Amino acid sequence: MTAVTILCPTGHLGFTPFEKASFLAGCEHAPDFIVADSGSCDIGPYPLGADSQASPPAWQRHDLEAMLLAARRLGVPMIVGSASDTGTDRGVEQFAAMIRDIAAEHGLAPFRLATIKSEQTREFLQARLAAGTPIKGLDGRADADAALLSRTDRIVAVMDAEPIAAALREGAEVVIAGRASDCALFAAPLLNAGLSPATAYYAGKLMECASFCCEPFMGKESILGRIAEDDIRITALHPGQRCTPASLAGHAMYERRNPFYEHVVSGTVDMRDCRYEAVDERTARASGARFIPAVTPMVKLEGAGKVGERRLAVVGIRDPYVIENIDAAIAWARARLAERFGAPDAAGWSVHYHLFGRNGVMGELEPSPPAHPHELGIVVETVCRDAARAEEICALAARNLFYARLPEVKGTAGAAALMADEILIGKPGYEWTLNHVMPVRDACELFRTEFHLVDGRARRAA
Amino acid sequence: MLRNRTTLRDLASTIRSKNAGVDHITFDVIFKDRTAFERVRESGVLSPETVAALYRIPRERITDFVVFEPANAIKFTLRRARPSGSPGESDVFGSQHYAPLFEVEVP
Repeated sequence: MTAVTILCPTGHLGFTPFEKASFLAGCEHAPDFIVADSGSCDIGPYPLGADSQASPPAWQRHDLEAMLLAARRLGVPMIVGSASDTGTDRGVEQFAAMIRDIAAEHGLAPFRLATIKSEQTREFLQARLAAGTPIKGLDGRADADAALLSRTDRIVAVMDAEPIAAALREGAEVVIAGRASDCALFAAPLLNAGLSPATAYYAGKLMECASFCCEPFMGKESILGRIAEDDIRITALHPGQRCTPASLAGHAMYERRNPFYEHVVSGTVDMRDCRYEAVDERTARASGARFIPAVTPMVKLEGAGKVGERRLAVVGIRDPYVIENIDAAIAWARARLAERFGAPDAAGWSVHYHLFGRNGVMGELEPSPPAHPHELGIVVETVCRDAARAEEICALAARNLFYARLPEVKGTAGAAALMADEILIGKPGYEWTLNHVMPVRDACELFRTEFHLVDGRARRAA
Repeated sequence: MLRNRTTLRDLASTIRSKNAGVDHITFDVIFKDRTAFERVRESGVLSPETVAALYRIPRERITDFVVFEPANAIKFTLRRARPSGSPGESDVFGSQHYAPLFEVEVP
């Protein structure tokens, strides 16, 4: 029976540097592939919308270097997806450049690099929409229309295993993929090895976050998967961790609405009858996944659009009377803002008062805000298209708390403490505009693969 | 006087919340053992209705509620008021929304 071994050092390459000791221990097992995802929607819409990154380049390079040196030394392919947090073309090119630099620095023998881009233009999707292709909303969202696309600044399509598997079949030794579903990176080599989509995607689902599927909780440690048909064995590589039936099953439901189904481009993994068993002290085994092929392949689209420039101010309140009447003080401040700048929606601005000490973390979902907090820390967040106006609105939104008119206030020299009388420049505000799926003719259609020969010896000689 | 009460905090080994995509926060309550899991499951203190009431939201915003036996776990998901990381949002990963579950009493 075919068994493929995959080493995974991290669930988000570059987000914090991964731990080398367990990774090198994993290399001792001579894995067939080294695989890591590098992106996530969890970091919010800003990096995608602004085409920026959340991870420092030095940490990305640290992780890529350790993986590349090991992969070339072992002579096995390495696969990285969702390059540089977002998987935009910028991210793919950045990681490809890092791979070339690392190869040159270490004088690595020539190898074949595949880059797979997944960014989509607004115009392309507008044209699809105009031609009658639906762009269907996920998670209760409305279907996309031209107006939604027009307020989207950057879009990536989420690839599944097919483009990556094709690149590997054509001899890629390093794959740098744009936005990809986490499990696809693992599924690609497994599908090429002849394993079923059920086993391939399910193995990817279990392995994608590296040591998060083990116990006790530790991030950024490597795990080893040994995958045969309907027989997925995951081993913890940090000496203090174990992969147990409980930890593996617990991970199967992590970060997802439903632990029983995983949707991929070409179908759905049905995990309702999965079983988890202990194999040895550090290894657990999972089996029992099924795969339901889709009638029409559906590709997920992620998009983010700019809402406006953002400014922040920090205000503290200690006077118990002001704390008790903070809602009235905020209402008064908002009324004055509207007098000066116009109604928020019509005039295109917004102010959010985050009341730390009352419900700053959970907002409207806070079930038990304290009636009499000792003090309140208020973050005043302002968004407006125009930067100068955002600054002005934020300053007034904060200072209006200082000057709040409450009938019985005794502290007539100021109803609030300004941590510093300054307005902080925040990153621009973005929102997730696209969380949608679009039917495609085949799963590779939206993705662009290029091959490059990387010769570290030639570059070093030059 | 000390009250002799048992809460989810006593019976669960893991109580966590996290984004499930950009529009939802999902909650996992994983129990120490089968006995604790079955005790809570049978008690009915966790249901779509009780968690909607706990977070003071309409029942419709609880989009998923799953009893996941392989992990001795109960899991539910709620729809965010606005997508994660939008202006005005305060928990971009959805990672601090589980705290109110600690004090849910279990008979």
